[in-house]
Amino acid sequence: MSVEVQGLTKNFGDFAAVDHVSFSVEKGEIFGFLGANGAGKTTTIRMLCGLLEPSEGTGTVAGFDINRQYSKIKHRIGYMSQKFSLYNDLTAWENIEFYGGIYGLKDKEIQERSRELFAIIGLEELKNKLTSSIPMGWKQRLALCASLLHDPEIIFLDEPTSGVDPLSRRNFWKLIYQLSDMGKTVFVTTHYMDEAEYCHRLSIMKQGRIIEMDNPRSLKEKYQVKTMQDVFLASVRGEAK
Amino acid sequence: MKRSFLSIVRKELIHIFRDKQSLFMVLTMPLLMLLLYGYAITLDMKAIDIIIADHSAGPESRELIRHIEATDFFKVSVYRGGVAHIGELFQNREAQCILEIPRDYGESIRTGIPVQLQLSIDASDPNAANFIQNYVSRVATLSFAGYKGLFTVEPRVFYNPDMRSAPFFIPGLIALILLLICALLTSIAIVREKESGTMEQLLVSPVKPVQIILGKVLPYTFLGFFDGLMILIVGSLLFDVPIQGSVLLIMAMMLIYVVTGLSLGMLVSTVAKTQAVAMLAAITMTVLPSMLMSGFIFPISSMPEIFQLVSRIIPATYFIEIIRGIVLKGNDLHNLYKPASILLGLDAVLIALSIRAFKIRLE
Repeated sequence: MSVEVQGLTKNFGDFAAVDHVSFSVEKGEIFGFLGANGAGKTTTIRMLCGLLEPSEGTGTVAGFDINRQYSKIKHRIGYMSQKFSLYNDLTAWENIEFYGGIYGLKDKEIQERSRELFAIIGLEELKNKLTSSIPMGWKQRLALCASLLHDPEIIFLDEPTSGVDPLSRRNFWKLIYQLSDMGKTVFVTTHYMDEAEYCHRLSIMKQGRIIEMDNPRSLKEKYQVKTMQDVFLASVRGEAK
Repeated sequence: MKRSFLSIVRKELIHIFRDKQSLFMVLTMPLLMLLLYGYAITLDMKAIDIIIADHSAGPESRELIRHIEATDFFKVSVYRGGVAHIGELFQNREAQCILEIPRDYGESIRTGIPVQLQLSIDASDPNAANFIQNYVSRVATLSFAGYKGLFTVEPRVFYNPDMRSAPFFIPGLIALILLLICALLTSIAIVREKESGTMEQLLVSPVKPVQIILGKVLPYTFLGFFDGLMILIVGSLLFDVPIQGSVLLIMAMMLIYVVTGLSLGMLVSTVAKTQAVAMLAAITMTVLPSMLMSGFIFPISSMPEIFQLVSRIIPATYFIEIIRGIVLKGNDLHNLYKPASILLGLDAVLIALSIRAFKIRLE
């Protein structure tokens, strides 16, 4: 198991942003998190990455305890936050160099790793451009590339394709499949329902709880609808048949 | 471990040198402040309006008036005959002091009889009044060539023989400006990343708070040090402040002090929520206390005890002692180890506090 949590909870004051969720994700799986804004997707991801301390619950990420061993977890995971988080005043390459560097990679390692990644992602010609001048779709890929340099086992992507055009989104998902083929676990949140179809398995969150969790086909069968969009709407309205 | 630190240093250097606008500000702002404050803050007096009522109108009194006119301290208006309404002259700000030379002045000088001159001073500015009193007496004594009292006091003035205020204020001003600039430089260093969202990316990486804090302080140390050196040179040349002691020693001390300012700003940055708040806090924490309670203008020894205690935690207090010591008195390390080690201690404490205050998780 790549990720396994039981009863994971995060309270902000009286408000339970994440309310006793339990799930497990297998190695190589593309696991999707669906939910309206404020459903608790980002908070869950942040707890798994060690950015937030869980209020309750236990679990492991890459085999390490999320409550105690989060510094060990950090070496094993890649994370791409909702907010674009590369430095706009650095070139694409300088960003890569920096993120490789803070993971302790040597210059040579960064060069080798980024050559492989650039080949997959297709960033070579943008290397020396200032990040602020790179189109949004490419920025997302660059951010993904930056989060993959240290060769993490698990990659957390928090709404990676928000604000990106449909073609770039499709290309981005091709990358996600490639990562999964390489044996990496991909944990992804989205509110694009077409993207939900691409996930191996997904869970739907509502008000901090997981209300559905299965593969897209089973979910559609369960609700007897044709698209994930309808699954989502039906499940959120509580119309299970 | 070392690699992550170096990556942060390299990244910060790129930020510094790529943002030409901010860099320009960082280099010109201290100079501008030096010029502005350097010329504005002075206790040297010039062109004091003096009315001299010359009742004697003889060669002796004219001699005295010539002596007074010869200094640029006074702007002289001579009245023949009396001044009736001294109060009114002061009320209308026509003069700050009025000197009356009695009718028998010339005769008394010639015969060697002690003579009294009447000096009326507008003491609404007591400091100015003091100066005027001293100055008139000095000039008057000069013109009493033959007259000698029972004993005289022969003053020997050390370190600032002309008693100009520039050698006193300029070193203090350098201390003030440098602290402000350094604190401002780092005050946004952390909070900027919180606002832009890059902090999140740093926090999921294995990089440690100590690497982030030191990695950011180091590049700004060069910048702050360069600023300090620049205002030291310009201040010394422009305001004619000779440096009695070792310039190398000033530079070494400046390095310690730059780190104090930077780590103060860093502490602010780790706590503040927005860049605006951080900058405001950095300005308030450095300028006001340093201006009032560091001995920059007002001597610490004459402050109420509670302020004296406060002055001891103000970094500028120690650097002003150091830089005045070196510039004016030619102090060497042997005279300065105490304030120097306190500054070093402050550096360590502030950096340790910043590292502790740095939150490795989001809130």
